[in-house]
Amino acid sequence: MNTEILGISITFILTLLLAIPLGRYIGKVYSEEKNWPDRFLAPLDRLFFKLSGIRPEKEMNWKQHLTALLTINLVWFLFSMFILMNMQWLPLNPDGNPGMSADLAFNTTISFVSNTNLQHYSGETGVSYLGQLVLMLFQFISAGAGMAVCAVVFHAMKERTTDKLGNFYNYFVKSCTRILLPLSIVLALLLVFNGTPMTFQGKSQFISLQGDTVNVSRGPAAAMVAIKQLGTNGGGFFGANSAHPLENPNYFTNMAECASIFLIPVAMVFAMGYVLKKRRLAWTIFGVMTIGCLLFLLPSVYYEMKGNPAITQMGINQQMGSMEGKEVRFGSAATAFWSVVTTVTSNGSVNGVHDSLTPLSGMMAMLGMMVNSFYGGVGVGFLNFYIFIIIAVFISGLMVGRTPEFLGKKIEAKEMKIAVIIALLHPLLILSATALSSHLYAHDPATYAGWLNNPGSHGFSAMLYEYTSSAANNGSNFASLGNNTPYWNITCGIVMLLSRFLPIIGPLAIAGILAKKKYIPQSAGTLKTDTGTFGIMVLAVIFIVAALSFFPALTLGPLAEFFGMK
Amino acid sequence: MKQHILPAIKLTLVCIVVFMVAYPLLIWIAAQAAPARGRGETVVSQNKTVGYRLEGQSFTRDNYFQGRPSAAGYNAAGSTGSNKGPSNPDYLKEVNARIDSFLAHNPGIERADIPSELVTASGSGLDPHISPQAAMVQVKRVAAYRHISEERLKQLVQQYTESPFLGVLGTSVVNVLPLNLALDQLK
Repeated sequence: MNTEILGISITFILTLLLAIPLGRYIGKVYSEEKNWPDRFLAPLDRLFFKLSGIRPEKEMNWKQHLTALLTINLVWFLFSMFILMNMQWLPLNPDGNPGMSADLAFNTTISFVSNTNLQHYSGETGVSYLGQLVLMLFQFISAGAGMAVCAVVFHAMKERTTDKLGNFYNYFVKSCTRILLPLSIVLALLLVFNGTPMTFQGKSQFISLQGDTVNVSRGPAAAMVAIKQLGTNGGGFFGANSAHPLENPNYFTNMAECASIFLIPVAMVFAMGYVLKKRRLAWTIFGVMTIGCLLFLLPSVYYEMKGNPAITQMGINQQMGSMEGKEVRFGSAATAFWSVVTTVTSNGSVNGVHDSLTPLSGMMAMLGMMVNSFYGGVGVGFLNFYIFIIIAVFISGLMVGRTPEFLGKKIEAKEMKIAVIIALLHPLLILSATALSSHLYAHDPATYAGWLNNPGSHGFSAMLYEYTSSAANNGSNFASLGNNTPYWNITCGIVMLLSRFLPIIGPLAIAGILAKKKYIPQSAGTLKTDTGTFGIMVLAVIFIVAALSFFPALTLGPLAEFFGMK
Repeated sequence: MKQHILPAIKLTLVCIVVFMVAYPLLIWIAAQAAPARGRGETVVSQNKTVGYRLEGQSFTRDNYFQGRPSAAGYNAAGSTGSNKGPSNPDYLKEVNARIDSFLAHNPGIERADIPSELVTASGSGLDPHISPQAAMVQVKRVAAYRHISEERLKQLVQQYTESPFLGVLGTSVVNVLPLNLALDQLK
């Protein structure tokens, strides 16, 4: 077999195999059961609770969870705005980088607080080392917050009637200390010993063999790269993200970084199986997610390895595939693989340029973010999938004439309304924002000429991608878009904000309401939700929602470009 | 909200201490044992730093093996890809121009022998590598400029070819900087 294909297959399989024991571990963390690393980590948790005056055993209902989440996010917002706008005089700035403008700081803050990591700045010139460390802090705590809400939903899904759903701070702290921190340390060490820098010295200089003077950006990169991969954050240290040779030095680090993107999202599914003692349900959900992911993966790898048809016509050799925007040490298969994995989860780091992907691979990346629940972000990916399960239960209940029930709880009008609103919010935000921008551009191309640096349908794709990425809290982009302007900073900021918190509030509310309802034991009349048939039903619901909402827009963008190139 | 604001502030402060100070410090300490103490590995020749092992640099002269086109101009303080769409007509013109220029500088090479990575920009603008084929296709030119036999240069390229990870995963690569350094020392 081709070594490039073998490389990505092994990465994929190893990650799935690792996710099973990790899921068990996470399940134990959220069930307050003993795990072997507790010996070192439990004292750390106790320190957190003691210093912050938190009683982790105090249980909350879903509304209290929500208040705790929103309050702490507000604190984070203010802290980040202050640092990012004042980096010029704060310490740890050896390269003398400037502070951010208010609109850029707003965008960057929302972006990192919401676990999106869309970057309208470039790491080398746009932030100081202090700025990088603050953003790295958010990569831990925004991921931890998402996972905490997911843990609350797990507990709400249990077969009992209650409104006590554990303590938010407890889940949050343990997500950070027992899951994200140990894994980040392992990955960061691995990177440091493969050549990723971890230094507080500023730029260095050398004179090249041909006599050019070259400045080299460095910094405390390894620590940040590790958590940005593991926490489905994606915000890179350097401008080129994981395509940068210091951020991702070789094929081995590429495998490790790529695996880290979807390791925790997959493990969360198995964690749910452990917490609820429903392994079959976990495997069904895992199966649906994996099939969905493969449906994007296979065409993407095929088209990238085949090469750019316009370059094929020039008569040169594309044995490595479409190489514009890719690195030789990864090759086109590993870059295509990464582009799908990073978009189906809400990671958004890249090891190549997504703008230069061939049209259909670019579309697969967009579809990954439009569905946003094939594995999905750490914590929030499962929440998105939960919405689709609720809708699928309702539709299939109607189809076979049974009361729609999920895990012994009746699904009624209120829950359905929330689920549908959340499912439709995603396309609504993406499409209306893209429509507004297209309208502005089409009516005054001279004023907005700086926006699009690729003409025709690809230019439209760049705008569609930007909002899709914002709404999916992904953070990758078609970087040809001139996006560091007040218009893009503010509109993307608003889209990221709404699509971070509403899709967390929705599932949390549904789960909280369901948890309070009477538990109805399974009977012959119950619709089984852990079967292949139901899995197919969920997959169908996802594709109907995604296809009906996004197909027209995709026709104008990547599909038009694809057929135009034949 | 009132009862949550104080714990939220205190918890954030503890998070700052653990994740923003202690964690990077731990990795920094470990880095002191890593190659180049985590400051980036340099390549030294005749007591002078001539580059970083992992970062590509610009080679434009015909007597050197050349790396990939770079949208960043090999500026190691400003990494970037070209962000050109695959159907962008200006971009395709640029690729065509690179092919013509390559053919002009490499007499005796056919179009079909040019690997696409030699005429397309890398993702970071700092790609240190080319494929072994991309090195081999330049052997004829370099040999002519250096008055070294093609056989000898082919051997050198083979010597500097790094095989895929564990021999079977990923791509084979040639790091251009060490190859050119070896070339300079060949006499």
